[in-house]
Amino acid sequence: MTMAVAGSAFAGQSSPWVSRIAVAAVHFFVIVLFLGSVQTNTWAAILGFLAIHAYSVAVLVYWSRMARSAAGDTVIVALTVEYLLICVLFWELFSLWAWSTFFGLVLVQICAFAMVRYWRELRHAPPTAWFGMVVILIYVMIAATAPIIAPFGETEIVASEYEPWGGKFLMGTDNLGRDTLTRIIYGARNTVGFAFVTTVLAFVLGGFAGLLAATLRGWVDQALGRLVDILMAIPSLIFALLILTVVGTSIMSLVVVIAVLDSTRVFRLARAVAMNVVVLEFVEAANLRGEGLWWIIRREILPNVMPPLVAEFGLRFCFVFLFISALSFLGLGIQPPTADWGSMVRDNATLISFAAGDFQLALTPLVPAAAIALLTVGVNFVVDWFLHKASGLKE
Amino acid sequence: MKKIDEMKKLVLAGRLSRRDFVAAAAAFGVSAVTATSMLSGPAMAAPKKGGKMRVGLGHGSTTDSLDPATFENLYSQVLGSALRNNLMEIDSNGKLVPELAESYTVSDDARVWNFKLRQGVEFHNGKSLDAGDVIASINHHRGKDSKSAAKKLLEPITEMKADGKSNVVISLKNGNADFPFIVSDYHVAIMPAKDGAVDWKSGTGTGAFSLGSYEPGVRASLKRNPNFYKAGQGHFDEAELITIADVAARTNALTTGEIDAMDRVDLKTAHLLKRRKGINIVETSGTQHYTFTMRCDTPPFDNNDVRLALKYAINREAILKTVLKGHGVLGNDHPIGRSNIYHAGSLPQRSYDVDKAKFHLKKAGMSNLKVDLSAADAAFAGAVDAAVLYKEHAAPAGININVVREPNDGYWSAVWMKKPWCAVYWGGRPTEDWMFSTAYSADAAWNDSFWKHDRFNELLLKARSELDENARRKMYVEMQTIVANEGGVLVPMFANYVMGLSDKVKHNEMAANWSMDGFKCLERWWFG
Amino acid sequence: MSDIGKMVAQRLGLGLLTLFVVSLIIFLGVELLPGDIAQEILGQAATEETVAAFRRELGLNLPPHERYIAWLVNLLQGDFGKSLANKREISELLDVRLWNTLFLAAVAAVISVPLALTLGILAALYRNSIFDRAVNIMTLSSISFPEFFVAYILILFLAVNLGVFPSISNISEELSFGERVYRCILPALTLTLVVVAHMMRMTRAAIINLLASPYIEMARLKGLKPGRIIVKHALPNALAPIINVVAINLAYLVVGVVIVEVVFVYPGLGQLLVDSVSKRDIPVVQACSLVFAMTYILLNLLADVLSILSNPRLLHPR
Repeated sequence: MTMAVAGSAFAGQSSPWVSRIAVAAVHFFVIVLFLGSVQTNTWAAILGFLAIHAYSVAVLVYWSRMARSAAGDTVIVALTVEYLLICVLFWELFSLWAWSTFFGLVLVQICAFAMVRYWRELRHAPPTAWFGMVVILIYVMIAATAPIIAPFGETEIVASEYEPWGGKFLMGTDNLGRDTLTRIIYGARNTVGFAFVTTVLAFVLGGFAGLLAATLRGWVDQALGRLVDILMAIPSLIFALLILTVVGTSIMSLVVVIAVLDSTRVFRLARAVAMNVVVLEFVEAANLRGEGLWWIIRREILPNVMPPLVAEFGLRFCFVFLFISALSFLGLGIQPPTADWGSMVRDNATLISFAAGDFQLALTPLVPAAAIALLTVGVNFVVDWFLHKASGLKE
Repeated sequence: MKKIDEMKKLVLAGRLSRRDFVAAAAAFGVSAVTATSMLSGPAMAAPKKGGKMRVGLGHGSTTDSLDPATFENLYSQVLGSALRNNLMEIDSNGKLVPELAESYTVSDDARVWNFKLRQGVEFHNGKSLDAGDVIASINHHRGKDSKSAAKKLLEPITEMKADGKSNVVISLKNGNADFPFIVSDYHVAIMPAKDGAVDWKSGTGTGAFSLGSYEPGVRASLKRNPNFYKAGQGHFDEAELITIADVAARTNALTTGEIDAMDRVDLKTAHLLKRRKGINIVETSGTQHYTFTMRCDTPPFDNNDVRLALKYAINREAILKTVLKGHGVLGNDHPIGRSNIYHAGSLPQRSYDVDKAKFHLKKAGMSNLKVDLSAADAAFAGAVDAAVLYKEHAAPAGININVVREPNDGYWSAVWMKKPWCAVYWGGRPTEDWMFSTAYSADAAWNDSFWKHDRFNELLLKARSELDENARRKMYVEMQTIVANEGGVLVPMFANYVMGLSDKVKHNEMAANWSMDGFKCLERWWFG
Repeated sequence: MSDIGKMVAQRLGLGLLTLFVVSLIIFLGVELLPGDIAQEILGQAATEETVAAFRRELGLNLPPHERYIAWLVNLLQGDFGKSLANKREISELLDVRLWNTLFLAAVAAVISVPLALTLGILAALYRNSIFDRAVNIMTLSSISFPEFFVAYILILFLAVNLGVFPSISNISEELSFGERVYRCILPALTLTLVVVAHMMRMTRAAIINLLASPYIEMARLKGLKPGRIIVKHALPNALAPIINVVAINLAYLVVGVVIVEVVFVYPGLGQLLVDSVSKRDIPVVQACSLVFAMTYILLNLLADVLSILSNPRLLHPR
């Protein structure tokens, strides 16, 4: 049934031959993949089967609307095929982790689409921005396929504690005898995913409220402004401490609490920037034309306040890591045995004091800290490039 | 010599008295002086006076006060022990000796105790110690409005009266052969009294040091008490107690010479710290133990086979090695440590046995079991890690332990004695009776396993007033066996107290009853 | 100027309202926490009787609203009350601690604010150069390391290996000013590394944002030197956002330093607040929160006033 839908969407457009191959390859792969996992979990396999077809339909519809070029098609197909080849090479692992494989594939294709779509701008990106994008891409790929590439299970105790580097355990083992490399890889998924969700939530909440306050003015502005003032006047660590102790430190409550605290900062920024935009002529013109509130925010104000918000996003994203590790310092934070970089630094931080005595041991907290630092630098390089473009400077 | 080494271990574990050791060593041709020095190593040189001792402790909060009734952490305990004394004390060999009392007599039924006070002892403010101070200090913990942690402990007292200025007669409801131990408890410190009420705010006591300044949660500075009554104790001119909550900060302060001693060395890096020049690691093994306590009134823990299955499903060696890095002793599911007099050494050590765990689970009518285990580092350092390890050990036996990490904040009010299964810390008690009646007797306020065993409770009462050593030993061994096989408490390990000392600091044999030389580091240590 | 006066008065009024709501929220928050001071102080040793006696003594058996109103009435008479845990006058407690906190914040600010502004201006001037990149990478890395970790690394190098600074800032009142500063250097450096990135990046961004505007273009075409353009022409107009970020970071130096205080054993307000929360010592928690909230409100107000002085147009937003 789904095949038919996909097929009709496919047939309706006169796609070049390359795209046909890509879609065929994806379908072949996915069918085999889910047949492989049918024995273990039938329902997951069926759901996955449906998901991949829905996804194919979406891709084809979107693709048909895009201005395409043969070169672009080639890039997309090449990357897809490459990914599938890797999957076939590591067949057993991939059939074991069907969902991760699927998300990895989606990511590869999204990246390929984005590259093709924005190729003209990307070509002029400075090397630092490229560096940043490659770092982010690698992190995202690692996060998506964590169970496949990690040599051991996330919480599995595989040896005695603090095994040296090299051999079976590339980065040694941690204080309980879990493989450090595995923890780092899973940490990418948990930490980056967590920080991303939190930051996005904070920006959706804070950004929307800020734009609303700036556009509507009056009592809405006053009410939101006072609320944010109050939230900001309470030290955030204490606020988090109070709330998390009352509701418990589940991932869900951590996300919400940190997002709400962060959104106050976003609110102020968004409001301040939007204040300057709403008084400009084109917004007044739109008002006079009788456009709706939502339309004005989306079409007139949002594009003009994006640059400072994106810059803030880069830093806020990183502050989330720090906030989590600060919370884990106080005994809150992400629950063990979940691997997360902030807690990994915290758990092994004391080892750094003995760098002179045992250097390899001192590396244990440095590795997750470096992982956070690399991502921070990467994200902010991309943000810098975006800012530079938005400022209109031509240099 | 090997034989002597073995005996030395026995002494350190409290199983052999020092006098017996010296006598036995003499049989091997070792002189008494040599034998004594063998016990405590190089630190036996004659103590010197002088210097300023700075101790960094991992405890202490801005909410602390000088009221011994609410002492709850090592900082207050060490500070309190430097400022004040008790009627009795436990010396560095684990023996009960008189402190502010000179001697005591007891009636045959172990019910009426008469303490004769030491003559000529003065408080820091010049007031002489008399019976009124002792009575007021004990009364501080009793009565309707007492908020003291020692209230339960002193509840059996029915009457106290002064017999002249220097005798105190205390009558108990029932006989208790261990009563002198109870008045050695750090809560029951003797403070100066005025009109029947004690003055705890000033920190005045009879101790080796008087209080200079005190900033709760930050530091206290102390000066030597020139009129200290104990000969050969209290050597430092000055002392400073600093709260350094973060273990890395504490370690760095010791390495850089900002402090001379610290408690709670980070076990992960203890072996590295040991290698540093000028630093000694000292550890004592006493009654401090960690437990996973099950509520016997809550299913599935109301079934003893389930409890036994869980007791067999834990790999104690692995947890001791990983969580404590070997700085401890295996536990045998009862709370009596090897340094206790009546420790049941004959009881076989329970070990990790998946088959037995499965067997008991089957006997309880289950093929598998899913239970929540609540833990937090507030329970004990490494509790969450221990729980995570336990989860892995128990899995092959068909037991699925879901580790719930509770917030540190409010652990003792919201988790302990509330959740059906949780990690707990016990400092331990110097006597069997004290430990059992604190947490194992059916009517105990802190019976955290909600365990009721008739035979056990009957033995507890009988043993308490029994003055014959052998009869007591038999009863206490039977009680330990009952707790181990039928109790609701899983005791995986006894933890050592691990301290870091600058090599300037000298000490005699270190007391094992509490950390920091039985809280008395300032009184007992000196600079070499 | 009278307009500014009016704005200040209005903001101060709103500030009082904010303080009131903050005290209410904190009170409710601490009330909602499991356990109360009696249970937390007695800890594992609590029994029902002793907890009840404790509560009676402290008046905790009264309903919450009565306690809150009593507290508020006392506060309006200028009395912060006494700590529930050890009966100390809170005003005395705050006096010492607040002074310590402000001292550390001041030392950190004296180092970090000029450093951040200079680096930011230089980075804008030599944008996209090796210097710009290096400064960016360095500051970004320094904020990606958790505070306590930065502190450990600084201690490792400057205290343990080189032995230049003490590893703990064990300060007391009898120390001289110079000695205090010396003992504060390591925590201040840690804080500097934490806040400098945010301020530096904002300075850089705010200046670069203006470089495409026509009047800068004009100045450039006139042949002015780039350094002069940035300092004389771009900077004054970029001041408002910079001042705001500096204010936020100064507030952080006062309010958010709990962890640095713990690592360096520095007796500041943050430590007091965390200890009091964990023991449910409500009057102390209330007092500390109010001080923090006040700091935040005043710094914010100061930032706004300074922004307006730097750019009077802001006083009359359309």
